[in-house]
Amino acid sequence: MDSSSESPRKPTLPPGAKAPTMPPGAKAPTLPPGARPPAGPPKPGASGDGAGAVSRQDFASDQDVRWCPGCGDYAILATVQRLMPELGIPRENIVFISGIGCSSRFPYYMNTYGMHTIHGRAPTIATGLKASRPELDIWVVTGDGDGLSIGGNHMIHLMRRNVNLQVLLFNNQIYGLTKGQYSPTSEAGKITKSSPYGAIDHPFNPIALVLGADASFVGRSMDRDPKHMKEMLKRAHGHRGASFLEIYQNCNIFNDGAFFQYTEKDTKPERAIFIEHGKPLVYSGGTKGLRLEGFHLETVDLDGGAWSASDCLVYDETSYELASIVGRLFRRDDMPQPFGVFYAKERTTYEDALHAQIAEIRGKAGKGRLEDLLHAGDTWEVA
Amino acid sequence: MAEKTIERLSEATILFAGDSGDGMQLTGSQFTLATAFAMNDLATLPDFPAEIRAPAGTTYGVSGFQLHFGSVDIRTPGDEVDLLVAMNPAALKVNLSRVRKGGTVVVNVNAFERRDLDLAGLKVSPLEDGTLEGYHVIPVELTRLTREALAHTELNQKEIDRSKNMFALGLSLWLYSRPIEPAERWINKKFARKDSIREANLQLLRKGYHFGETTEQFAVRYEVSPAKLPPGKYRAIQGATALALGFVAASERSGLPLFYGSYPITPASDLLHSLSRYKQFGVMTFQAEDEIAAIGSTIGAAFGGSLAVTGTSGPGVALKTEAIGLALIMELPLVIVNLQRGGPSTGLPTKTEQSDLLQAMYGRNGDAPIPVVAASTPGDCFEAAYEASRLAVKYMTPVMLLVDGYLANGSEPWPIPDTATLPDFPVSFTTKPNHEQDGAQVFLPYLRDPETLARPWATPGTAGLEHRIGGIEKQEGTGNVSYDPVNHERMTRLRAEKVDRIARELPPLPVYGEESGDILLVGWGSTRGSIEAAVDRLRARGRRVGAVHLRHLNPLPADLGDVLSRFGAVVVPELNNGQLVRILRDRFVLPIRPFNLVQGRPFRAGELVEHVEGILDGKAG
Ligand code: SF4
Repeated sequence: MDSSSESPRKPTLPPGAKAPTMPPGAKAPTLPPGARPPAGPPKPGASGDGAGAVSRQDFASDQDVRWCPGCGDYAILATVQRLMPELGIPRENIVFISGIGCSSRFPYYMNTYGMHTIHGRAPTIATGLKASRPELDIWVVTGDGDGLSIGGNHMIHLMRRNVNLQVLLFNNQIYGLTKGQYSPTSEAGKITKSSPYGAIDHPFNPIALVLGADASFVGRSMDRDPKHMKEMLKRAHGHRGASFLEIYQNCNIFNDGAFFQYTEKDTKPERAIFIEHGKPLVYSGGTKGLRLEGFHLETVDLDGGAWSASDCLVYDETSYELASIVGRLFRRDDMPQPFGVFYAKERTTYEDALHAQIAEIRGKAGKGRLEDLLHAGDTWEVA
Repeated sequence: MAEKTIERLSEATILFAGDSGDGMQLTGSQFTLATAFAMNDLATLPDFPAEIRAPAGTTYGVSGFQLHFGSVDIRTPGDEVDLLVAMNPAALKVNLSRVRKGGTVVVNVNAFERRDLDLAGLKVSPLEDGTLEGYHVIPVELTRLTREALAHTELNQKEIDRSKNMFALGLSLWLYSRPIEPAERWINKKFARKDSIREANLQLLRKGYHFGETTEQFAVRYEVSPAKLPPGKYRAIQGATALALGFVAASERSGLPLFYGSYPITPASDLLHSLSRYKQFGVMTFQAEDEIAAIGSTIGAAFGGSLAVTGTSGPGVALKTEAIGLALIMELPLVIVNLQRGGPSTGLPTKTEQSDLLQAMYGRNGDAPIPVVAASTPGDCFEAAYEASRLAVKYMTPVMLLVDGYLANGSEPWPIPDTATLPDFPVSFTTKPNHEQDGAQVFLPYLRDPETLARPWATPGTAGLEHRIGGIEKQEGTGNVSYDPVNHERMTRLRAEKVDRIARELPPLPVYGEESGDILLVGWGSTRGSIEAAVDRLRARGRRVGAVHLRHLNPLPADLGDVLSRFGAVVVPELNNGQLVRILRDRFVLPIRPFNLVQGRPFRAGELVEHVEGILDGKAG
């Protein structure tokens, strides 16, 4: 359970740190004691002017986007680029870090700082950067193979440490870049190039996985609902701590339609439920709802007269118990799949704790002097 | 009280051996401290099992600490042991072969019961079967004397028995006329809040000391005069501490914050322990979830403008390999410290070896050269760490720093360096566009410095210089993704050329001993002491022998070929199955011979002397 008793919206700051003033909804970067402020004033020039970056175009790099036409990644890129100006973070303070896979090409298309690294390791690189430069705004872009298979270990440790950054996990339930093998989120029985008789692996439910790793923000969205996605991205960014956002992403080449039941107009109302803090769990245009019966959820018909919205579970995103129950609603034929913020509760971030400890020791013992360190312990003089 | 004869020695080697739980490492380091105070030169060799508490009394649970000290220049932990302190039969069995004939063996006779012998796999007691013939054996009832001395304290039997190393320490300090005060001060500090334990330890230490004075068993007491070390202020230093200080010094002199990411591994953990204490210096230490995360975090920190360092041992380097390649192609500064242990795989985790040189040179996919630097003594780890950091930043490249494992916990007297004499460590972050293109000012992340070929270091937070780097091949200059074959070849050559250019700034290679002659010994790492001691002995016998010791293994110093050619033959002594010798043979068409030892221990100078004489006499004959 979360050890923090803070209210979900109130950031926890290290002792001595001042609360920064930021636009509402923006993720507040803090300068810990001793951190380097961003260097220099904005320089005029063709490659960027930091302060003036206000439109979506300012966040698009000059590189050609090389995803397959029709790939869900395009919608995510567009949504992120649209969101950026709203966040009010100077472009030079933003860093996108990815691993390997189709989604991991993302940083090349953002006109911010970026690193396209090695398979599965983006969380480790992001952790080192955020720990050493806490004032930066860092986004990790990963996929189901990159983030949950080869990088699964790093993902859970990133969550438990609660490094203040956003993880966008593009889940397409397939290995795209290697041309179509089943992934750790592919459904059992999936026929792929590497599973011609059906995958025998049991898949991860990413939401349950990161909840188990004590993630402090857990959400899910989809490529075909840019409005919801943008809202979720904004929430993830506003959360002070490690934010995990799973985005269902259609790979039209190797796994076309994997999420259509949740994302397409005709089935979406029945198959998807959008959870919101403080609101009852209703779906299907308000005609159906989810009711808590003991530890289980059951679907109820709100049109029949027996039940009304007030009988449905009112969601509380600060409840780990509810997140565990609702997060476990996964690929059920008889139930809708939940989207939204499953869990959001802030606790001390890794980089705040790191710099608070340094500040505390320096406060007590003073700033170290190299001479003293070299001459420490028992010394003797040779004449 | 018997009158003791004082015998003056120029040097001596002492070895404390017992169970892992007997506190031999502590006894050894306290004897080292006292020896440093006696102003002797010294070199140590801690030798302990991989198991934390192997079953008591067994041979594989034996822990040892060897110390060579003297009034003369001490270059090795000692070829042969003059005094062995054996706490039990297993310790005696394992270490007796290291004692010179006629050497002294102090044994705890109370630990030679039937059960103890069985545990050590001995049918007959070595005290009775003639094994110790030719040695000067001093049986001491260490357990009984300890129990007697502490009978009236409130300590329980276990605590009492555990303290007997203090008795042994006191006795040894007396035997070699070392001051007892440093050990007393240490006990007072260590057990400041545990009155009963403090008093018991002090009492035993003094008891041991006085026992030497009063017992008839020692007719002789030794004295070793202070060594003629160059004047200055000294401290005893272990390699791991020297590394930590070297990195802090590099951080202070460069103005870069120090970030150390590491995963616990023997014998590199001590570096993590040291650096995690230096919060006063703003050192950020990150204990990662695994070896890959450890180096990943440092790549992130390097991108952000930190002095980024990761430390590990061979198996950890194997795991970091892919990430080293990433840092190399991203051209970010990074130091990877490899405290080498016996390999392959888990190998001999607590034993020393030099078998990761080829891994450091070639152990990555693709054409992926990085600079390789090696430390040669515990104190030298300071300069090596500083040098590795400086090269990494100057040339924007990961640098491998190789340290033979035993240097990490070995110690020596260290002349504390004057920080003003440290090499300059300038750092310049790029804050402005560096190129004009179509009338506009742009930033090209792979536009190289014409001298060093280093690319600019522009960190996030710098407005106008936003750029993306990654593991895919870069277009020269722009750093954009490029699959162009000609560009790839050019970038591959540029990355190699950048590393090679480091040779331009390396000082002339000093030759130890003869400037030209019959045989040149070429070494690297911890073998320096043994090699140079061997050169001294060989020259004293009229042999025309010299030695060079390589700090830089990649690139090799530009004048190395010239030095090699001045000798009739070249011998490369290494604690591996032949690695540097392969690199040299690849570079130079000269008769270069290997001389290898792969036993998890350093060379004895005598072994090198014998080998070289064999070659010379074979030639002569
Ligand atoms: S393979 Fe699939 S995920 Fe990859 S770019 Fe093409 S459509 Fe997108």
